Amino acid sequence: MALPPYAGPLETTWYYGFRFLCACIFIFLITPILVIIPLSFNVEPYFTFTEGMLAFDPDSYSLRWYRDFVNNTQWRHSVENSFIIAISSTILATFLGTMAALGLSKSHMPYRSLMMGLLISPMIVPLIISAAGMYFFYSNIGLDQTYLGIILAHTALGTPFVVITVTATLVGFDHSLTRASANLGASPTVTFFKVIMPLILPGVISGALFAFVTSFDEVVVVLFLAGFEQRTIPRQMWSGIREQISPTILAVATILVMFSVVLLAALELLRRRNNRLRGIV
Amino acid sequence: MANEIIGGDVVLAADGTPLKASLNKAMRKNRIRALLLVTPLFLFIVFSFLIPIVEMTFRSVDNWQVGTLMPKTTTALAGWDGKALPDEPVFAALIQDLQAGAKAREIGKVGTRLNYEKSGLRGMITRSGKKSLKVKEGPYKEKILKMHKKWKDLETWTVIKRNTAPYTMGYYLNAVDMKYDKSGEIVMRDENRRIYGKLFLRTFAISMAITLICVMLAYPIAYLLATLPLRYSNLLMIFVLLPFWTSLLVRTTAWIVMLQSQGVLNDLFVFFGLVSDDNRLQLIYNLTGTIVAMTHILLPFMVLPLYSVMKTISPSYMCAALSLGANPMVAFIRVYMPQTLSGIVAGSILVFILSIGYYITPALVGGTDGTLISNQIAYHMQKSLNWGLAGALGALLLSSVLALYLIYNKIVGVDNMRFG
Repeated sequence: MALPPYAGPLETTWYYGFRFLCACIFIFLITPILVIIPLSFNVEPYFTFTEGMLAFDPDSYSLRWYRDFVNNTQWRHSVENSFIIAISSTILATFLGTMAALGLSKSHMPYRSLMMGLLISPMIVPLIISAAGMYFFYSNIGLDQTYLGIILAHTALGTPFVVITVTATLVGFDHSLTRASANLGASPTVTFFKVIMPLILPGVISGALFAFVTSFDEVVVVLFLAGFEQRTIPRQMWSGIREQISPTILAVATILVMFSVVLLAALELLRRRNNRLRGIV
Repeated sequence: MANEIIGGDVVLAADGTPLKASLNKAMRKNRIRALLLVTPLFLFIVFSFLIPIVEMTFRSVDNWQVGTLMPKTTTALAGWDGKALPDEPVFAALIQDLQAGAKAREIGKVGTRLNYEKSGLRGMITRSGKKSLKVKEGPYKEKILKMHKKWKDLETWTVIKRNTAPYTMGYYLNAVDMKYDKSGEIVMRDENRRIYGKLFLRTFAISMAITLICVMLAYPIAYLLATLPLRYSNLLMIFVLLPFWTSLLVRTTAWIVMLQSQGVLNDLFVFFGLVSDDNRLQLIYNLTGTIVAMTHILLPFMVLPLYSVMKTISPSYMCAALSLGANPMVAFIRVYMPQTLSGIVAGSILVFILSIGYYITPALVGGTDGTLISNQIAYHMQKSLNWGLAGALGALLLSSVLALYLIYNKIVGVDNMRFG
């Protein structure tokens, strides 16, 4: 879309005007995320840039809020909780979701689209409704304010992503490979682990990543189901924003942004690997 | 089935059974295998997700309180014609129910239920419950009428009689700003007491606005990303994907930092002299805050589908239009844009669905005029404990989301949904 050499003044204006507009939108997207990073090193307990910060005075910057985050038992506990809950629900969701996706992509599956609709419903139903429903149901069976309850709830919310990504991977799957494997004498189990699994692994992993992020970032269900013991990082941030505003939240936010950069890189690598495996490059 | 044996009229498989039966058997086996793979997740979703939601929506019509806690009155009122205050037998039944309810400390639930229909009845029931314990003998009618003046009101009895039914429309009526009037007819509420219908309309209007802004912001950058050489567009894609992958609460916090009155944006305005220091703009904890923050959060959901559609459009169409003499503007509108329509529709429905059910961001940055229907559901779940109304509002929200989703599925197909 380079500007052709014969472009007149109108086209030139339009060309640069359009790029300027796009630049503004990109700035809108990225600025809020970048702004919190320097502010998290603020020495003062404010959410704003102090004059010292703007003058790049080293004394205006400190690791105070990061120390606060590390030394605060509540925050530490919430980090543990977030990982325990996210990892357990990711394992469950990946296992259940991959199995279901394998079943759904078989051509013999009866009521395929209805089934698909039901299985991905947790992704469509507004979170507040899911959370309210689960709140009543889980307290009736005594699972509210337990780790198990939240893990099961997050598993339900995460499975649609696994089902969708794995099904998408299986769309391009060459079924003659399994027949070839069976023909060569492999049992269905061996075929699964030696032939199918390596091919769909990128899809499974990216589905698992989605399930992990869904659980790790989820706060509505946690608000309804969790007791004080099960507070996760987002839950802690929620009360941080509502009750006792302190730049510790910004320190946590910065760490989470770094965490999502790592996730983004992981996904990109997966995508490239997946494309290479399918020969798309 | 390579070694089929021809035996008479019927084609036989290797083991001697007819080929058709053998094939059917194999197909059935395959079908069962497919079902077995799906079953665990299916059961899990049904039990951990669908049943809870059905149960919650059931609460929106459930009306157990009066029928269960005042069984004798319920029976006695069955034959009441509603034209005048009931007679002594009803009052005798009522006193027994009140006494039993007061002893079990359950009568308050009846009061709370009736109070949703007509305010003041909670006080009447609880006070009468307490007083009823002192009543030893009849005539009960006279004594009960003295307990609270509302017992003399015919409307009280109409409300009680209506709520002896095990199911009610009351919560739904409330959710769309209607009510029963004195004679039991369904009418609109007074102008100044209409809350939820307005809130639904506002939720739809705000979501519509957010969707429109998202289309307007997403279209140019999706176009740029789709037409730039891959090495630049991959780099610029980070600007879209990083916000997409960043925690929701982080982004909401970031917008609080940006928009609050001592925040970055206001500081910039003051620095450039656009507003005076003591006259900073109120950009957050109101409608503006909700729209800005939610647009930012939902924008990637619009950019990604648009981008994937634009990526498939061959540039030769535009070249053809230009070489046939269309000016660039006309070519863009008549040739390029129609091809992106499916992407616009897909992204818009997605963003709209997500925004009408949004809770977290409006709750944190919405103040009072920037909150949506979800916030009202959460309020009734956690604070007012009017679960029937929460259920009714939830069911209405859910049905509109499901309707939109069906349209989305028709147009896009959920199998084609892509993330990242």
